[in-house]
Amino acid sequence: MSFFGKIKDALKKTKETVSHKMRQLFLKNKLGDAFYDELEEILISSDVSVRTAEDVVEQVKEEAIGGKIKDEQFVTDLLKDILEDTLNEAPMPEIKYPCVIMLVGVNGVGKTTTIGKVANWFIRQKKSVLVAAADTFRAAAIDQLAVWADRAKVRIVKHEEGSDPSAVVFDAVSSAKARGTDVLLIDTAGRLHVKDNLMNELKKMDRVVAREFPEAHFYKFLVLDATTGQNAYSQARVFKDAVSLDGIVLTKLDGTAKGGFVFSLCGELKVPVVFAGVGEKIEDLELFDAEQFVEGFI
Amino acid sequence: MALFASLSERLNHIFSKLTKRGKLTELEIRQAMREVRIALLEADVNLRVAKDFIAQVSEKAVGQQVLESLNPAQQVIKIVNEELIALMGPSNAKLEVSPKPPTVIMMCGLQGAGKTTMCAKLAVQLKKQGKRPLLVAGDIYRPAAIDQLKVVGGKAGAEVFERGTQDPVKTARQAVEYANKMGFDTVVIDTAGRLHIDEKLMQELENIKREVEITEILLTVDAMTGQDAVNVAETFNSRLGVTGVILTKLDGDTRGGACLSIKAVTGKPIKFIGVGEKLTDLEPFYPDRMASRILGMGDVLSLIERAQEAVSEKEAKELEKKMRENSFTLSDYLTQFEALKKMGGAGALLSMLPGAGKMKLRESDFDEKKIERIRAIILSMTPKERDNPQIINYSRKKRIAMGSGTTLQDINQLLKQFEQTKQLMKQMKGGKGRMRLPF
Repeated sequence: MSFFGKIKDALKKTKETVSHKMRQLFLKNKLGDAFYDELEEILISSDVSVRTAEDVVEQVKEEAIGGKIKDEQFVTDLLKDILEDTLNEAPMPEIKYPCVIMLVGVNGVGKTTTIGKVANWFIRQKKSVLVAAADTFRAAAIDQLAVWADRAKVRIVKHEEGSDPSAVVFDAVSSAKARGTDVLLIDTAGRLHVKDNLMNELKKMDRVVAREFPEAHFYKFLVLDATTGQNAYSQARVFKDAVSLDGIVLTKLDGTAKGGFVFSLCGELKVPVVFAGVGEKIEDLELFDAEQFVEGFI
Repeated sequence: MALFASLSERLNHIFSKLTKRGKLTELEIRQAMREVRIALLEADVNLRVAKDFIAQVSEKAVGQQVLESLNPAQQVIKIVNEELIALMGPSNAKLEVSPKPPTVIMMCGLQGAGKTTMCAKLAVQLKKQGKRPLLVAGDIYRPAAIDQLKVVGGKAGAEVFERGTQDPVKTARQAVEYANKMGFDTVVIDTAGRLHIDEKLMQELENIKREVEITEILLTVDAMTGQDAVNVAETFNSRLGVTGVILTKLDGDTRGGACLSIKAVTGKPIKFIGVGEKLTDLEPFYPDRMASRILGMGDVLSLIERAQEAVSEKEAKELEKKMRENSFTLSDYLTQFEALKKMGGAGALLSMLPGAGKMKLRESDFDEKKIERIRAIILSMTPKERDNPQIINYSRKKRIAMGSGTTLQDINQLLKQFEQTKQLMKQMKGGKGRMRLPF
């Protein structure tokens, strides 16, 4: 199966698709505000932020004048275009080597698993990869990463549980530099964005990489669970303020949630989605594709 | 922008033209409910659930007398709040205990909801009640999940039963036998996180349920979950017959509307909430507090409770007396900061304040380090200096700065702040004379 298909398929797991709901809406033959209100609700029920949903519907309203609003195909296509444009407002970063990629995010979104998948992805691109176990807080997180490193057949730099994560980062950077590694992936502990002390710890790791490895291209990706709701925006905003974000990895797209919050992240915060996790296996990670995402989303 | 203010402002706007008839009309209610609906959706309440809820509330609100003490906007919020509480109640349901020990609790939920950590938190809670819990490692899929349970179980002082990666159904059966033999009265089975649509893994949970007699099946849900919460809860409940729900990660700034969705579709009580990374960070669920949170009104009740825990009544009275007599010293000042720290720090307090989640005001504005610095400075003073800060001259300041590892500016700033606080207290003296924290 093509990888585009995977994202699309992952999104089609539920019968309550946007297109299904839209068909219902057109059957009801509602007009005017009642129609637009319901269109807005359809978007919100896929976790699109209230503000983005309002914006999108406003645009539909402007374009679909006269009889066009009754044309289901026209409105559906229009909606797809608007959503895709929204995603494209945040351009994909170009990955240059050597690079350091640090994954950040709240607890339980799938950072460690994603490191394994991303490592595997780069290996498939014929790059050399090193992973750093900088989640020294969660019990057994280091062991978990070690298993993934083993599966992806990449080297790992790790310290004891409870040690200073910045020290792990420092060592990993030294090792990556010494060996001329193409890609250094840093796993970090999950942290709720409202906890300032933990965000400061993250900033410290950020500074260590920037200072010790200035010649590397440094990317920071926020890992977001597709089942998250409106809080995703808050997470992205705070992490962006703390360490500046270069992209988002959307995980758990193989469930029934669609991650509709990404539209506001791309549209308002201008942070692009880079990867999408679509399953539990190491190869279940795809480069994000806006067009296919929207196809699957609707 | 504080959300409560915004909802209440938005409602005020709608009612601004309200005449003094004293009754809310249908049109006004309809407009108001649109605003409430948006507030609910922004809190991640499922659309279907929000709509049903609004329909119910509208019916109750139409024709309601506007109480004299409340303005119409607050009246509507009051009704909404009460209905939310009613829907999420009754208040905190306890864990069931099996008449025939051991009581078996099975955890279930999506990946990353926080099941493994929750097992250890439950163990701590159970031990506090004098129980002997046994934790069972049933997650054989996620790498190192068994190790993780062993580590957190160890921290909780609970034995962990594991049989490596053998079939979790078999492990569960053996664990219960083991508990029987060894006299454990409660068995907590950790299971792998799974998608509700993963047929094979859902079957596994059903098999465990068939194999051992289970008292509680607790669905663990991340409080940040969005609209999909209903699908997840519905599926787990229909397949397993969930007995209760645990909401985790409520220490973030999510408004936790998923909670309402889950309660609405399953009808099962929310038994606990996870409010932090420490193993003691587990609290009973209070519907009234959750309602305030969903509406963006902050959790003022929890705040008050924490304040009461941190400051004893005697301390408060003493402080009040000192304020009255204007004999408030730097030592008292420090005590206040320590109390603040005991309450979970300025950040934790802020997160409970109305609208704080949406405000720009965040922990950094109330830097914990700043409090540490104040502490160091005051502790570097002699008792005499603490009681009479006016005697602190240049050479004393220099000594204090050396002793506390701070600068002269830091000390000047602290002394200035202290003076301001004292001034403030003087002003308050004439008023109600209630104790207040220095900000």
